[in-house]
Amino acid sequence: MWQYIVRRLLLTIPVLIGVSLLVFSMVRLIPGDPATAIAGVHATPEFIEQIREEYGLDKPLHIQYSIFMGNLLRGDLGVSARTGRPVTTEIWDTFPNTVELTVASMVIASLIGIGAGVISATKRNSIFDNSSMLVALFGVSIPVFWLGLMLMLLFAVILGWFPATGRGTISHLILPAITLGTASAAIIARMTRSSMLEVLHRDFIITARAKGLREQIVVYKHALKNALIPVVTIIGLQLGTLLGGAVLTETVFAWPGVGRLMVDSIMARDYPVVQGAVLLLALTFVFVNLFVDILYSFLDPRIRYE
Amino acid sequence: MAVDRPVAKPKESEQISQFQEALRRLNRNRMALVGLGIISLFVLCAALAPWIAPHDPTTTSLRHTLEGPSLQNPLGRDELGRDNLSRILYGARISLSIGLISVAIGTLVGIPIGAISGYYGGKTDLLVQRLIDIMLAFPGILLAIVIVSTLGVGLPNVMIAVGIVSIPIYVRLVRGSVLSIKEQEYVSAARALGSSDRRIIFRHILPNCLGPIIVQSTLQIATAILWAAGLGFLGLGAQPPTPEWGTMLSRGRVYLRVAPHVTTFPGLAIVLSVLGFNLLGDGLRDALDPRLKR
Repeated sequence: MWQYIVRRLLLTIPVLIGVSLLVFSMVRLIPGDPATAIAGVHATPEFIEQIREEYGLDKPLHIQYSIFMGNLLRGDLGVSARTGRPVTTEIWDTFPNTVELTVASMVIASLIGIGAGVISATKRNSIFDNSSMLVALFGVSIPVFWLGLMLMLLFAVILGWFPATGRGTISHLILPAITLGTASAAIIARMTRSSMLEVLHRDFIITARAKGLREQIVVYKHALKNALIPVVTIIGLQLGTLLGGAVLTETVFAWPGVGRLMVDSIMARDYPVVQGAVLLLALTFVFVNLFVDILYSFLDPRIRYE
Repeated sequence: MAVDRPVAKPKESEQISQFQEALRRLNRNRMALVGLGIISLFVLCAALAPWIAPHDPTTTSLRHTLEGPSLQNPLGRDELGRDNLSRILYGARISLSIGLISVAIGTLVGIPIGAISGYYGGKTDLLVQRLIDIMLAFPGILLAIVIVSTLGVGLPNVMIAVGIVSIPIYVRLVRGSVLSIKEQEYVSAARALGSSDRRIIFRHILPNCLGPIIVQSTLQIATAILWAAGLGFLGLGAQPPTPEWGTMLSRGRVYLRVAPHVTTFPGLAIVLSVLGFNLLGDGLRDALDPRLKR
């Protein structure tokens, strides 16, 4: 197992280098002068020249990359063209809000998804099974931003139960978290159902039933425990959907997270902040995937790197 | 002497019966037929938009802004007084084009790369897999946002971005299929008869990966429509006055309180079209590989 973990860790290194290269290339691939892109469209010629020198933009690409990596490793992502504040400050101010929203959505998605999946599998072909799978199909087909607007219309504008936008109290969190978690809940429900159906036909379940164990113990203790292994991976992989969806959800609900910061920065052509936000979201995704893979090797010791 | 001809080819009658068997299974799947019906409806709307749209999709009428549904405008009017129904009908053209073109980009680039990577293995495979790992290090829509914000906003760049993001999915899928198929006896037989690698890949291996590719492409069109609408919603996709559903939603959300119909109907169009492709994709999976059906 340790060999697997070490190999998995080593495989992360080229990915991290690739991510840094992609983020580094972004500003350089934008049509026009990269120094102006970094300094901002409203910067003075003197400041643009200062940026050109600081980032080595008149030097060969490999030197530019080594300057970029040097700055990155020191935690220096440059200065926002809009606010003049360091990019790291801008991002660290908003990142906890994105984490809060993502974690809340993931909890909601897991609870609803696993619950619905287990009931669907144990009551196969019942009305609950058919209707929950139909709802799940709608769940993966609804654009997250539209669902957000419709929930906002119903629960904030018409019924007035929750605030429409902003952040602060738990009631601010509910609508964005449900919005963001819906698609993942649908995917987790479908995965749990199919995994449970597979496990429920195994010999050890027949044995457990033959021993006269109560159905609840058979389902929740014997079957669910084994069925959850692939579900854990799906939940981990859903983080990508959630982080991507967070960009849209945060925009709908004016949630002050990294996603909204990134979109606002794209609109304002504030590329240092865009770079920083993209880098942070990608790194979060890479490390969560790494964590899920390692966790998976503990949950299912049969797994080994191919 | 190299004999360059297909080997171990099943009889034509067997091929047809396999295809017919899949069609029969698809035909029995009610949900898949519903999906096919929804898609056909949208294709018809897209094709016939100039004839069936009651109004011009870009003609504004500032005296009738944000009007609710009426006999003359069954889905109401938008913030510039344009007819919502006409814009949604024309929008079907854009969304379906985005879906098809981005899937075309994904398959045309992803399938050959996946096939070569899986067939040759070794360093080529290692390099391709690390590149794919890097692309998959970004959540899909985030990578699309990065690409569009680098290339510049607009519809063509959205298609390119969504297409690029789908490449790794096809590479992984085809590579996996090729790895299992290349060990089959009929491939060894073709090799023993002296068939070239290219012929083995394109004549013997790829046709046998077609099932999963068709399923993935159907589901990928749904994802592409969702992502493109997302980019449009963020202001990175089609620019006004183009009647793209995501862009329409984005403009309409400002008036959510006073004119919810402006956001509701384009959203419903997205949900229905995506649902159609998801239903058909699921049905095709069951029809082409019944072992997977649970």
